[in-house]
Amino acid sequence: MAIELEQQPKPSAAAVALSRIAVSETHGEDSPYFAGWKAYDENPYDELTNPTGVIQMGLAENQVSFDLLEDFLEHHSEAATWGKGATAGFRDNALFQDYHGLKSFRGAMASFMEQIRGGRARFDPDRIVLTAGATAANELLTFILANPGDALLIPTPYYPGFDRDLRWRTGVQIVPIHCHSSNNFQITESALHAAYDDAVSRNLNVRGVLVTNPSNPLGATVQRAALEQILDFAVEKNIHLVSDEIYSGSTFSSAEFVSIAEILESRGSRHVDRERVHIVYSLSKDLGLPGFRVGTIYSYNDAVVTTARRMSSFTLISSQTQHLLACMLSDKEFTAKYIKTNRERLRKRYDVIIAGLRRAGIECLRGNAGLFCWMNLGPLLKELTKEGELALWNLIVRDVRLNISPGSSCHCSEPGWFRVCFANMSEATLDVALDRLHQFVDEYRRTGSS
Amino acid sequence: MTRSPEPDENSKPTSNIGGGGGGVTTAMRVIIPLQGVVQGRGGVFLGSVIPCALFYFLQLYLRRNRDDPRESDDRSNPQNSEPRDDSGSSGQQLAEIHGFHRTSSRNLLSPRSPAGRAYVSGRASVIAKSPGGSESPYYAGLRKASEDPYDETGNPNGIIQLGLAQNKLTMDLVKEWLVKHATEAIVGGGGDDGDDEHLSINGVSTYQPCDGLMDLKVAVSSFMSQCMEHSVSFDPSNMVLTAGETPAIEILAFSLADAGNAFLVPTPYYPGFDRDVKWRTGVEIIPVPCRSADNFALSITSLDRAFNQAKKRGLRVRGVLISNPTSPVGNLLTRETVYSILDFARDKNIHVVSNELFVGSSHGRADEEFVSIAELVDEVDKERLHLAYGLSKDISLPGFRVGVIYSFNDTVLSAARHLTRFSPVSGPTQHLLIAMLSDVQFVQEFVKVNRERLRRTFDAFAGGLKKMGIDCAESNGGFFCWANMSEWISSYSEKGELELWDKLLKTGKVSVTPGSCCHCIEPGWFRFCFATLTEREIPVVLERIRGVAESCKSQS
Repeated sequence: MAIELEQQPKPSAAAVALSRIAVSETHGEDSPYFAGWKAYDENPYDELTNPTGVIQMGLAENQVSFDLLEDFLEHHSEAATWGKGATAGFRDNALFQDYHGLKSFRGAMASFMEQIRGGRARFDPDRIVLTAGATAANELLTFILANPGDALLIPTPYYPGFDRDLRWRTGVQIVPIHCHSSNNFQITESALHAAYDDAVSRNLNVRGVLVTNPSNPLGATVQRAALEQILDFAVEKNIHLVSDEIYSGSTFSSAEFVSIAEILESRGSRHVDRERVHIVYSLSKDLGLPGFRVGTIYSYNDAVVTTARRMSSFTLISSQTQHLLACMLSDKEFTAKYIKTNRERLRKRYDVIIAGLRRAGIECLRGNAGLFCWMNLGPLLKELTKEGELALWNLIVRDVRLNISPGSSCHCSEPGWFRVCFANMSEATLDVALDRLHQFVDEYRRTGSS
Repeated sequence: MTRSPEPDENSKPTSNIGGGGGGVTTAMRVIIPLQGVVQGRGGVFLGSVIPCALFYFLQLYLRRNRDDPRESDDRSNPQNSEPRDDSGSSGQQLAEIHGFHRTSSRNLLSPRSPAGRAYVSGRASVIAKSPGGSESPYYAGLRKASEDPYDETGNPNGIIQLGLAQNKLTMDLVKEWLVKHATEAIVGGGGDDGDDEHLSINGVSTYQPCDGLMDLKVAVSSFMSQCMEHSVSFDPSNMVLTAGETPAIEILAFSLADAGNAFLVPTPYYPGFDRDVKWRTGVEIIPVPCRSADNFALSITSLDRAFNQAKKRGLRVRGVLISNPTSPVGNLLTRETVYSILDFARDKNIHVVSNELFVGSSHGRADEEFVSIAELVDEVDKERLHLAYGLSKDISLPGFRVGVIYSFNDTVLSAARHLTRFSPVSGPTQHLLIAMLSDVQFVQEFVKVNRERLRRTFDAFAGGLKKMGIDCAESNGGFFCWANMSEWISSYSEKGELELWDKLLKTGKVSVTPGSCCHCIEPGWFRFCFATLTEREIPVVLERIRGVAESCKSQS
């Protein structure tokens, strides 16, 4: 995503004061994750006009299935124009700013989410709260579930944006649940307890666990057993469980994704267990429509649904967009075809990149979902430290001209891991990137430097 | 029929005894009969009891008139506005969220106690609490209005909604434009590509800067300038776009003040400010009362007094939030006033936020000029000036969610740009609006016709009210008649006002907004939104209001 990176401007002399939030660094955009963006923005790759530019591999965007969307819109222009000749539908739509959201859209979202889970879970449209993106959904939930100074437990490695989205205005803290490559970065019971105890020892009130499933940056689904354990843990500690499932439709095979919703349904859970569970979803990844800004909170907790709905006043989705998407997502034939095709194409891409990296002697974590792979360059590091990782990363951005994301930005406890996105470019560009990397690695191994 | 959406403009009326106005009148009503008692009858006993009673009332009056926002907030806003909740079953209250809010924990357990219900935050718990199942009067009103909406032929006895700040007078123009242009505006050509007729989603759907496309900023800048009759031009690089004016105001509150700080806001004010400025930020509002005697104009003396009172309470004031045109009254601030406010802000070293939401809907006399805060661009310390705007009112597209922050302060702009990630404008909507607002001819025509229709409707409606003896404040802009019905309320108090409001709703079948929602210190004022009325509906609604007014007269 294109983020404007500016130096913090110096306030003028005798300046009128601003809030702590306005001047704080919590927007986190000084980290390498965002510095890589800058390099790309200044010298973006283009197949024809700038073939030596920086290739953007740090953007988790799904461009592999655009043609399907375009096709739909071409044959269903009424979706964009409120029906033939834009009649009565338009007027109500343009005036509509009810935070309940268009009923037809909520219904369509619920059924889309069900389809993604192969019908293994049911979603009630009245529990869906709409927000302008998953970023907003995550922040909103944090405002609702925790007070300033409280803590959320999040397994590492995690999406760098969480540092900003969950902490900045809310004043809430993140305590990491450390995961390791020895067991493929799975979340373990002992890690959960260790994180909780760590928070307690720092006098922090833990309010919940936030799990991203499928995981960003790992590109892998969370196993059923782990989900059960996490839910048990949340019940034991009487805290919330937020499951960020924005990549659920990007799992390469439907069967491999287990949603927390399925776990709840299979347990026939008591109300007291359910009402701590909340799911975040969005159309930015699965449907490749980040520009539309569509996110949702699905909560099993009535108080949370009511509050979230009211708070969503700050982040409503344009009624025009709701209408358009309601038309699209109600077309079950289209959505079934889209979901299936999208999965296949992502898997194919994944296979290409894995094969390409393997040829270069680079191993990745075994992944089954998402728009990226989790690559291990540990063997290449001069020193197995964060500094070593950043040194290598700098080299790759500067000389190889690939913007990839270093694991340290994701708070990974082991240096040397990198997230590499593969779905935001053409196949040709991916090949170019793989070639460059291959060359670099060969050179690096040979000479011990580049 | 689609349920009428609720705009950001409404708040629940309070059910508590109201402010200073009541106190004064009470005192007056006590003193006059006293003369007779003290001079002749009653003697020593009454001669001592009555002064004590007077003294008591005086204390009461002084305490109420001290304008203690926390107290008055607690009293007058146990149920803060969440205007768009049209859920019939919602009897749920929203309490004021102060900076020092204590969580009500009756139904919540600490997370350390196992097998308890999962905790929700302070912000959430007060909202979720359902008080004994009774529905608040305001939502009862909105629910009734949406369940029983007036329709000339289908439901002539239904409720006419004058409580929503919507403008339906010019929807036909917008619709016409959309019929002609919508498709290619949204997905055509990916932007500048004139010859590419192929539907392209690429430019619309990918990640864009959160604070809005530059093309849209350019288009909005020119639209705003048009609305202000080109008295000022806007630089798109000083602009940040977000999903409505609601988040625009909140982002400014987050950026200019810390939790526990305060903004001065002249009353009566738009009820939604209570939510936008205070809810998640923990920032307070200190109301600065304005009076009907001055047509609710803001006096610097009042501003100063409010500032000092805040200081005494240990509250740090970070800025003044003004609206121009004012809402609900509809005044334009004079040039002199705008400059005085700037002087005041400079003197106290605080910010000025000018909410100019209705500027394109100003319909007053031609000789009244509109002075935008953006005109003060030549001022030396313009870092304290910020403007909030939105497209909900002036071009009648509240559903599309477009709000504007315009500032001369680079740090604020930088923070705002990052913060809009939580409330960005949707891609397809941006493209649609770029096309619409860049259509100069359409915009010119629209603004002109909109103003004419608003003025005509205002004149007809206010004129009709005047005929029955209901005076409206002089108004130059917006969708409202701010009407004085204090003669018709049973007691000169908030209670009396709410009784009349209730009567208008249940008997008159007219839904309006009582002045207490807007924190007006004088009871009996009501906000009528006339911009939802067709010409034929005006006499119908006037007749109903007359009916209620007559019945009140005959009762008193």
